[in-house]
Amino acid sequence: MSIGQTFLGLLESGPRHGYDLKKTYDDRFGHARPLHYGQVYATLSRLLKDGLVELDGVEPGEGPERKRYAVTSAGVSDVESWLASAEKPEPYLQNTLYTKVILALLTGRSAADLLDVQRAEHLRLMRELTRRKAGGDLADNLICDHALFHLDADLRWLELTAARLDDLGRQVRA
Amino acid sequence: MTGQPLLEADGLHKAFGPTKALDGASIAIRAGEIVAIMGPSGSGKSTLLHCLAGIVRPDSGHVRYQGAEISAMTDGERSALRRTQFGFVFQFGQLVPELTCLENIALPLRMEGVRRREAEARAAEWLDRLDLADVGRKRPGEVSGGQGQRVAVARALVTRPRAVFADEPTGALDSLNGERVMRLLTEAARETGAAVVLVTHEARVAGYSDREIVVRDGRTRDIAREMEEAL
Repeated sequence: MSIGQTFLGLLESGPRHGYDLKKTYDDRFGHARPLHYGQVYATLSRLLKDGLVELDGVEPGEGPERKRYAVTSAGVSDVESWLASAEKPEPYLQNTLYTKVILALLTGRSAADLLDVQRAEHLRLMRELTRRKAGGDLADNLICDHALFHLDADLRWLELTAARLDDLGRQVRA
Repeated sequence: MTGQPLLEADGLHKAFGPTKALDGASIAIRAGEIVAIMGPSGSGKSTLLHCLAGIVRPDSGHVRYQGAEISAMTDGERSALRRTQFGFVFQFGQLVPELTCLENIALPLRMEGVRRREAEARAAEWLDRLDLADVGRKRPGEVSGGQGQRVAVARALVTRPRAVFADEPTGALDSLNGERVMRLLTEAARETGAAVVLVTHEARVAGYSDREIVVRDGRTRDIAREMEEAL
């Protein structure tokens, strides 16, 4: 997740304090994993150094975080080019589940049991996310769906692997 | 599990010719519970649903509804049970094409002898509830797949059944319509206290359930429960 570009985008609607940025970020994108203050101020000072934000004012008050930041035109261009560029898809070629399945087959343990246990755990999380969708707004549903589709892809892989276990076991041990 | 289950199958065997569809399958469903039956194609999950619903008679084993043995009932008794206590949603082809959507929803009530006016008034409440207000006068051929499935959900619930059997209810729908059908089906079931037995091979659909049972080679496994018991 690029915190820097996300801050720049949030600043396009007007200058904000670091605390405001953190709060908005956590509300919209944090999903139970809020930013640390250290991350917030490290990111802002990097953006400041790179000329992507500038100080809009310093208000007197308690604590050090009363600086207000504004996005510069270089900052706006940076967000624009970030949004316009494609994200590199995950290669998905290093995977713990895959390693577990092959290791189970190599060591003569039950890969079928391993797959069943994993399937139950995936479904547990999918139920949790489905329940959360019922109470959330559309933006929250969007991130839950993102997670659900990825879990669904894992489950299809688990199912296919389960169906191939006999052949797979023979090949792996050959 | 505490108390008597609403619906219970124990040690079911069923073969179609040389093919074993069920090979000792067991399941218990509590009142108001939503249970997904999952498994690969040909694993026996639809046969299990048909046995639970009294549509198919197992070769051996027991199916009990509120403690009463379904396989010991006469065809007439089983038919009455399906009409009054159960609702059904299938993948497609379940609506009567000559009737309007409203008449389709009212059909199970009419078959119970409810007068047309009252049956259609009760059916109309379900139209509103399932966002179908515009399709009541249309025939099934004139509505979208998602709307047709919601009509089927309304028809399954209009008699206020104790159990709804849904066999791949979103199988013919895209993600968005499938989600809408599942949300409305499970919300309505929870409101009316109906249990749902949901056969699906889609994990995203199973996400709407309270728990899942996996069927493989005609045998059932409750893996989540096995994991809990192993702790």
